[in-house]
Amino acid sequence: MDFFMGIKGKDFVMVCSDTAAVHSIITIKQDEDKIVPVDSHKVFCVAGEAGDRVQFSDYVIANVKLYALRNATELSTKSVANYARGELANALRRSPYHCNLLVAGYDKGVGASLYWLDYLATLHKVNTGGTGYGSYFTLSLFDKLWHPDLTEAEALDMMEKGIAEVRRRLVVAPARFIVKVVDANGIRTVAELKE
Amino acid sequence: MARRYDSRTTIFSPEGRLYQVEYAMEAISNAGAAIGCLAKDGVVLIAEKKITSKLLDTHAVGVRREKMYKLDEHIACAVAGMTADANILINLCRLNAQRYYFSYQVGEQQRQRDGRRNPAERRPFGVSLLYAGWDEHYGWQLYQSDPSGNYGGWKAVAIGNGHAAAQNLLKTEYKEGLGVDEAVSLMVKVLAKSMDSSLAVDKVELATVTRDEASGKVSFKVFTAAELQPLLDAANAEKEAADK
Repeated sequence: MDFFMGIKGKDFVMVCSDTAAVHSIITIKQDEDKIVPVDSHKVFCVAGEAGDRVQFSDYVIANVKLYALRNATELSTKSVANYARGELANALRRSPYHCNLLVAGYDKGVGASLYWLDYLATLHKVNTGGTGYGSYFTLSLFDKLWHPDLTEAEALDMMEKGIAEVRRRLVVAPARFIVKVVDANGIRTVAELKE
Repeated sequence: MARRYDSRTTIFSPEGRLYQVEYAMEAISNAGAAIGCLAKDGVVLIAEKKITSKLLDTHAVGVRREKMYKLDEHIACAVAGMTADANILINLCRLNAQRYYFSYQVGEQQRQRDGRRNPAERRPFGVSLLYAGWDEHYGWQLYQSDPSGNYGGWKAVAIGNGHAAAQNLLKTEYKEGLGVDEAVSLMVKVLAKSMDSSLAVDKVELATVTRDEASGKVSFKVFTAAELQPLLDAANAEKEAADK
């Protein structure tokens, strides 16, 4: 039931996640941060089976860090997204990780980028994206509102509109959300939205 | 009784030396030289071919060149030492480069070190390599690896026959910020000094790695005999004038 939204703006990328930790029909807690930092300028938003989520993101992040140590160079967002895709594809016919991801990052010279990646190892570079039931409502909304020169305030406004739509129509709408931005200065939390 | 410790790469001598590795390095010192240097807009490699014969078919597939190899779109290398061993390492480098591309969808960074020693109980690779290439993080780079598994980055470096003399010459002659053309003539000059005989088209291989700023594409170019001849003639004339 995890719900994520991502928007690529002019020189930043904004991601929004619900903060519910759910087991079966029970909500365990309402303050789970599902947007995990990969390095100073990249985040994974990982949706799916709770165990796989942690296992997969920890594994990929550890390897990205190992690469940075070995080569004194950090991987770009593109490389990390493709590496994560390769790992999912490798695992797919063996013991698949059941998790869908948004990969958001900022690279010097390249700018902000957003990737959508599902458990079948499909990778897409996108301007706006989402996972979970909530994305059925927000994708069309974002199609209408998105433009290439989007500012941070506009993007936050889009996120709020998306959440409002989800709350209005989705039976299992989450209660709380967290919004983070990745830009040239790194990762920061810009809003925590509650009912 | 040094001989007792000669035969294995896994046993140190009482002085703490590994003779097989040292012998491998020695073998390279007798092989045709390879010299490389960084320029501000590229890397230049030059090498001396020892085996030349009129009967050698230079158009046969896979053996057109003896010293210069392209490893990936943006990396090339020059070898000094046993060509058979070099082929194994070049194969590894090419494989790694493509594996890297498969994983990350971007070209491999320059810092691959494949001059590693064979596993225990086997002979060290009798070959030293110069790697030249470009990446977006560190720009132009030149690395050298040897049979001990050591590798290092250089602005200008020589391996093979007469490498000590060539290295000394480079120390005095090399200046930072050379253009590729200036670097090419410097390389020809240094090779001329370190070779026993005079320069000839069938004895020299010259290659550059350069990058087109507009498209960002790195290209590896090996000079043809026609392109090489005037450069060698100039260097030979200069050498003769200096000798007189």
